Parts: sequence; C-alpha cells; structure tokens
Amino acid sequence: MRLTLTAALLAVTVGAQAETPADFENRFATQAKQENPAFVGFSAEQGQRFYASTHGQKWSCASCHGRSPAAIGQHVATGKTLAPLAPAANPERFTRPDKVEKWFKRNCNEVLGRPCTAQEKGDVLTYLLTVR
Amino acid sequence: MILPYPSRWRVAALGTILALAAGGAFADDDARIRPLNHSAWRQECSACHVAYPPQLLPAASWRAIMNGLDRHFGADASLDPQQRADILRFLETNAGRGSTGGKPLLRITKTRWFIHEHSEELPANIWSRPSVKSPANCIACHTAADRGDYGEQTLRLPQ
Repeated sequence: MRLTLTAALLAVTVGAQAETPADFENRFATQAKQENPAFVGFSAEQGQRFYASTHGQKWSCASCHGRSPAAIGQHVATGKTLAPLAPAANPERFTRPDKVEKWFKRNCNEVLGRPCTAQEKGDVLTYLLTVR
Repeated sequence: MILPYPSRWRVAALGTILALAAGGAFADDDARIRPLNHSAWRQECSACHVAYPPQLLPAASWRAIMNGLDRHFGADASLDPQQRADILRFLETNAGRGSTGGKPLLRITKTRWFIHEHSEELPANIWSRPSVKSPANCIACHTAADRGDYGEQTLRLPQ
C-alpha cells in the first residue's frame, strides 16, 4: 500500500517535470492500445502524410509549422514566426505534458475539427523524430 | 461614440510620466505604450501573435475576447479556466479606458487609435507583403513589439 502510494506520488511529481519525446511516444502507445486492440505500432510515413494533409478542411499542420518541421514556421493567420517543431531542431518540443496536451487539443480541433486519436498523435511524433 | 484609446495625449502623458521616472532620459515619442509584464499573459498570448498591450482595448472588449477563446478569430486558443481568469484580471486592470459603446470591439486594428496611427506614410501594399501578412503581425515592423516597445526608433518597414 505504502509502496503504491509512493509510486503514485512519484508519478505525479515526474508528470509535472520535463519529459522526453520517447515518454510521450510510450504514453501514446498505451492509449492507442486502449483505443484499438489491433494497434500494431506507429508509422513515420503515416505521420508524415497526416502532417501534410488538410484532412478535407482549411489547414494542415504544415500550414503553420512549415513543410519542413525542422525549419522555422510562420503562423498562417497572424504571420508570427514559430520555433521549429521537430525535437532535433528544437529540444524544447515534447518535454512538457501540459503544453503537449494543450496544443494537440487546440490544433487537432482546428485542423481536423475533432480531437486526434492516440494513433495519430503517435504517428506524427514518430515522424517528427525522424526529421533531422 | 467610439473613443480612441489610448488617445494620443494619454500616451504622450504616459511618456512624460515615464520620462520623469527615468530621470528625463526618455525620447519624445507619442506612440510609446507603457510596457507591462505578467508571465501567463506574456507566455500564452504571445504563442500565436505578439502579446497585445492591454491598454489598446477597453475591459469590455477583453472580457468578450477571453470568453470566446475556443473560437478566437478562427482559431482554438482555449485555456484552462484558472489561467484564463488570471490573464483576464490582468487585462481588465490595465485595459484602456475608452468605450466602444454597444457591442464591444474585438479587433485592435478597428479602433480609431490604430487607424489614426497607421494612416500616414505607409506604402499601400504594406499589409499584404509576405513578411508582414497581416496588421496583426506588429513585430514585422515594430521590431521590439515583443518587449512592448512600439516607438519610432525600433520601427522598420520590411521589404
């Protein structure tokens, strides 16, 4: 009991601190298995297609983050320059759970008009990690 | 009636107050807006655009904007309720004192003050240049806008 409590407390503490992109990949994989028992893993190719697609709507991820996620992006509406999205080019990306959650919520809503599945998030992250 | 805020005299007065505070070493610049700081406002509002100074809209406008963040000028800019309330308090405290009367004005670029300040000496195509893209992109010309400095010394028109 005490061990479980300590582990839970530790998990909460760690959750508030910096993580690595691999931590997010693992979390998305756990969620993807729950969402789809036939889940087999993430695909960088699928992630790349997802990143570039407008999904039948107005914008894609690339509209703001740029065709190359390792380069500086420009917000499609305001023109503001955005720091690169690929962790290789910007080590701050995918290190803060609150930020990752906030931006997937907003941007999936804008680009797809619905929340992203764990499969989609994991595919995109897997793709971003291949970009140098 | 639409009142300009901050009005030219008010900005100039602010400049004078700051000049006195800074021992007189302050440029005579009527486009100066008193720089403010609030960490959540700066961090959240500068993610997609410059964190626009609270003085540029009245409190009623900021309330309307912060109540519709899930549909923020065509984008989803939703925040968690605590952060939203924290930022709104800061905006209300430092808001411009004018009133747009009736329905609150949501765009700074539609205020009389903005239109007046940007009515002279500007190339006709300035807003549509790829490096500018939109009047919302203050920093394209006001190169120190991210530090709250909209003065003429840091003003550069890009190609």
